[in-house]
Amino acid sequence: MNMKRYLKDARSDLLTYAGVIIAFIIISTLKSHGALNRSQSGLLVPICCYIVMAVSLNLTVGILGDLSLGHAGFMSVGAFSGVVTAMSLMNVIPSAPARLALAMLVGAVCAAIVGFLVGIPVLRLNGDYLAIVTLAFGEIIKELITCLIVGVDSEGLHVIFNVNGSKTANDLTLLDGGRIIIKGAQGATGTKTIATFSAGFVLIMITLVIVQNLIRSRHGRAIMAVRDNRIAADSVGIPVTKYKMMAFVTSASLAGAAGALFGLNYSNLAAAKFDFNTSILVLVFVVLGGLGNIWGSIIATVILYILPEALRGFANYRMLIYAIVLIVVMLTTNNPVLKNYIASLRSKFSKDSEKEASAS
Amino acid sequence: MSDSKKRRPGLESVSPVVPVQTTYYVPERDVDKSPILQCINLGISFGGLKAVEDFNLTLGRTEIAGLIGPNGAGKTTIFNLLTKVYQPTHGTILLDGKDTANMSTAQVNRAGIARTFQNIRLFHNQTVADNVLIGLHNEMDYGMLGGILRLPGYWRAEKIARQRAMEYLALFHLDQHADELAGSLPYGAQRRLEIARALATNPSLLLLDEPAAGMNPSETAELMENIVKIRDTFHIAILLIEHDMSLVMNICEGIAVLNFGRLIAKGNADAIRNDPTVVEAYLGRKGAKES
Repeated sequence: MNMKRYLKDARSDLLTYAGVIIAFIIISTLKSHGALNRSQSGLLVPICCYIVMAVSLNLTVGILGDLSLGHAGFMSVGAFSGVVTAMSLMNVIPSAPARLALAMLVGAVCAAIVGFLVGIPVLRLNGDYLAIVTLAFGEIIKELITCLIVGVDSEGLHVIFNVNGSKTANDLTLLDGGRIIIKGAQGATGTKTIATFSAGFVLIMITLVIVQNLIRSRHGRAIMAVRDNRIAADSVGIPVTKYKMMAFVTSASLAGAAGALFGLNYSNLAAAKFDFNTSILVLVFVVLGGLGNIWGSIIATVILYILPEALRGFANYRMLIYAIVLIVVMLTTNNPVLKNYIASLRSKFSKDSEKEASAS
Repeated sequence: MSDSKKRRPGLESVSPVVPVQTTYYVPERDVDKSPILQCINLGISFGGLKAVEDFNLTLGRTEIAGLIGPNGAGKTTIFNLLTKVYQPTHGTILLDGKDTANMSTAQVNRAGIARTFQNIRLFHNQTVADNVLIGLHNEMDYGMLGGILRLPGYWRAEKIARQRAMEYLALFHLDQHADELAGSLPYGAQRRLEIARALATNPSLLLLDEPAAGMNPSETAELMENIVKIRDTFHIAILLIEHDMSLVMNICEGIAVLNFGRLIAKGNADAIRNDPTVVEAYLGRKGAKES
């Protein structure tokens, strides 16, 4: 009995992996045959980043059950630490994929550290308060990075923290051959774009392995126990704060890795890109995909990210159509009549397949 | 703590609970009276209100004891003190001779106290089996990385835990519902599941908060047998709060009566039944009307 359930879980996990792999194969085949135009293939890496963002935010919002409105902040930390890593190691590590991997790792670690520091005060709060504090955190990160001026030369990294706006990149006093990496409010400029679709695919797979295996482990069950009933979780010996922190930091570090990939996909990237709207955008992906539903997050991200681009032809009306689609999705996914209908279809289908199985 | 955990007999030797008798009488000699729990002058005040005052109780290692009293007497507050949901403002709690001061709720559970709740607190959105698996959380030892990478330790621990979870469920006739959502179980089954989950944490003291609330007489009779059976198979102490006097009088070797946060009587069923202060607490003073 229990074994059956276990196999069902394993099967749904495998289906998610298989779906992502098949999608990757199809898209890279199309790409190599030149079936995708320039703007279409330009969307691939950002989609990968947002999928990772959505899946990781689902860990905080869906699995842990805490509403976080500052997820873009972690992406930002990852993006700029990743860009600094990749740019400053350009001469040391000539191989672009190796630099990209290292940048994503550094991005993940930096975001995890920031996530831990933010988590100490934030995870003492609940509900609306937690949402407000994470929102504030996202804005603070954005402002802090706007103050950063970073350059690299043969002597190493030069960092200026430009609080009152009086300094410029010239104050870095770089030696000849030095490069400016982050230029205050302009953000990262002149970044060598080394992000690839394959790297995005690998990152998605790693994220899926981490999140799905975490959910099916004792730690994941503990995290969901905290979500469902905090007092009961406490009473069966689960240290609540530890597991909240575990989910929050894991989520932050995955967002950091996605951020690093995102940052290395653009030659110019300002910190203002990772604002409240980005956090909300990712939250919309998660909520419409279904809280706690990993596969749903992926689908919702792909559809809702492509939609505004696909509607470019409609110019003025595209945001209107986007809004209508959002409302329709909200109504249909929460509609009890439709849910019952789908459930009845599903049970009918499974009965049929059982009958076939018993007949054969 | 680890010693007491090892003393527990293997679960494979445990047979499912079957209704055999309607009342259980435990011979006095079988009851190990060496204390597992000692409360010394335990008390808590909320602001100026003394919710519990000078509560003294000693509970034997395999004793079943009842905590009764009128509504608002402070019974659940005592459970909350024992499990550190509230930190006591004075007094000491010794669990197996060890002071539990400065422990958190989770730490107290790992030290050996498990509980159920008056208003059932299950993980409603998870399956019945997962509820017990969450109870077995601290019985598994693989780390986060082991879980993510699915190292051999993960498979080993999960396999054992799943078997044990099914054994706990079988004890409470819940094994055929293992894959259902806990929230979809009928009321009585939810109560049983809560006890199964509490037992899965491997306690040496089980606190049951109104286990028979909302049950009909036949369910209550089955519950009584289960409680005694739990004590006999797991060799643990059980402290229960209950308003159903037939249950309390039949299975509790010791009964403590609480009124307005104070202990007003302690003793066996007969002594409590005939104690004038207890009768007064429940029914009011005799002759108060006449005078």
